[in-house]
Amino acid sequence: MNVARDTWYMVGRQARNLMREPIWIALLVIQPLVWLTLYGQLFKHVTNLPGGGFGTTSYITFLAPAIVVMNAFFGGTWSGMAMISDLDREVIPRFLATPVSRFALTASQVVRAALIATIQGLIILLISLALGVRIDTGFEGWLIVIVTAGLVAAPFAALSTAIALLTRKEATMIAVANFIGLPLLFLSSTLIAINQVPHWIQVTSRYNPVNWGVDAARQVVLPGTDWGSVGEHIGLLFALTLAMTGVATWTFRAYQRSL
Amino acid sequence: MDAIVVEDLRKSYGDVQALDGISFTVGEGEVFGLLGPNGAGKTTTVKVLATLTKPDSGRAEVVMQDVVKDPNGVRRTIGYVPQGSGVDRDATGRENLMLQGRIQRMHGAQLKSRVNELLRLVGIEEAADRVVRGYSGGMKRRLDVALGLVHRPRVVYLDEPTTGLDPEARVSMWEELGRIAGQEALTILLTTHYLEEADHLANRLAIVSRGHVVVEGTPNRLKQSREGDSVTVELVDGSTPEARAIIESLNGIREVRVEGRLLRSRVENGARAIPQILSALDRSGIAVDAVDSHRPSLDDVYLHYTGRDFSEEDEAITE
Repeated sequence: MNVARDTWYMVGRQARNLMREPIWIALLVIQPLVWLTLYGQLFKHVTNLPGGGFGTTSYITFLAPAIVVMNAFFGGTWSGMAMISDLDREVIPRFLATPVSRFALTASQVVRAALIATIQGLIILLISLALGVRIDTGFEGWLIVIVTAGLVAAPFAALSTAIALLTRKEATMIAVANFIGLPLLFLSSTLIAINQVPHWIQVTSRYNPVNWGVDAARQVVLPGTDWGSVGEHIGLLFALTLAMTGVATWTFRAYQRSL
Repeated sequence: MDAIVVEDLRKSYGDVQALDGISFTVGEGEVFGLLGPNGAGKTTTVKVLATLTKPDSGRAEVVMQDVVKDPNGVRRTIGYVPQGSGVDRDATGRENLMLQGRIQRMHGAQLKSRVNELLRLVGIEEAADRVVRGYSGGMKRRLDVALGLVHRPRVVYLDEPTTGLDPEARVSMWEELGRIAGQEALTILLTTHYLEEADHLANRLAIVSRGHVVVEGTPNRLKQSREGDSVTVELVDGSTPEARAIIESLNGIREVRVEGRLLRSRVENGARAIPQILSALDRSGIAVDAVDSHRPSLDDVYLHYTGRDFSEEDEAITE
């Protein structure tokens, strides 16, 4: 009971502080939009490749849901910065000297990242709409893309929070974010249909959470949605979020040992 | 009854022995000061007592609750004001206090009125609904103190409450803390590396050096243990061995210590000793740069018990 209440209070703190400067959420969307428009132009004709597999002739329609996921993924990996700032400013030690649930402290970081990812996902989708992207499954499709964005941001936010607690250094955080960022992005079908990539990448991508998100979001945008695959990937992302949040909560012990 | 019992705590970080058998007790309602330079182990002691970290060995109890065996019991009993500032800078003063109260299991009208009361008590009522980012250092620190008091804890830890404040803010913080201590019927554990602060606020204090307590008592008792005045003579050159012999031969001189070109003497009466010392040195042709006499201070106590000058040790460690 206390865990739920504490989580609610801590999420409330994150949401309130976030909404105090809403302009940042919007400004951070500029970069993925540059990806969307530039890649959209650069690879415009790849949908004509022999072998196909894109499920649409409009590359930007193929790309838009993946950009929402990519943005959520990047946002998640960087979100540990918020934890580092709370650690540096002694906010976390102050909380740790109270009976507050440790899970609430990590869960609120995860929810914060998921919240940002869903709002940004919505903005990217709205702009994609203006660029001619149509979502085949309508309202449910919108909902699923947004939820997927949150569920991709969440496990990486938990990982990022754990790294923040273990290293407490921004430089390490940046190194880790860069180290996992691009490989996970390229070992997925984010930019190109999966049957156009080498076999080993096809195999690896099955274990890549970023690819789970890309698949779920793309399935609902393109015609011929495989709802089983959507459900499976969303379920996997959800399970991973729980597991990673558990790991992050556990790292509080290591953090306290170092105090 | 003792509010805090600390017995033979030890803790090391790698090769550094942060706590080396520190022991002390704090009675209920007392303001107890831990005085010592940076790195003496004060903050580590407070972290152990705040359940933030565990000792390697030893025992610590807060109102009969063991910090290792019953951390949540301790957490409900204590208010912790960390070194630096623990405020959430993106929230308002009131929001900070409301959240702190909620995670200490308070709610409703009771919490709201407590928050209003504290905002008044620490004198930040007018800034209550402004975001903390715009607060001055002194205001932030007052909010920190209020955060430690929300749930009416029986014991409060103030870890270096005035470090980083300008002298004016420091003095007004002392007044504030003195008033709060009286009004809230609290046991306060204060750490400081300002001798003046310990003298001003603490009923009783312990001088800490290298992870253990060197001496403990009321500020007055400690000062009285160093009877007489202190006279410091600064020589123009380094002819200290001669000067020392001359001063030691005079009447009423108890002990002489040499530090570089400084000769510190304990004397029965400073006003009578100074002319004697100066004329004796003059007769031997030893030139004096400066001379100073003062009543015993905690600085002298510190020097006596640790054999080191407080500010020097502080600097050496900070560097």
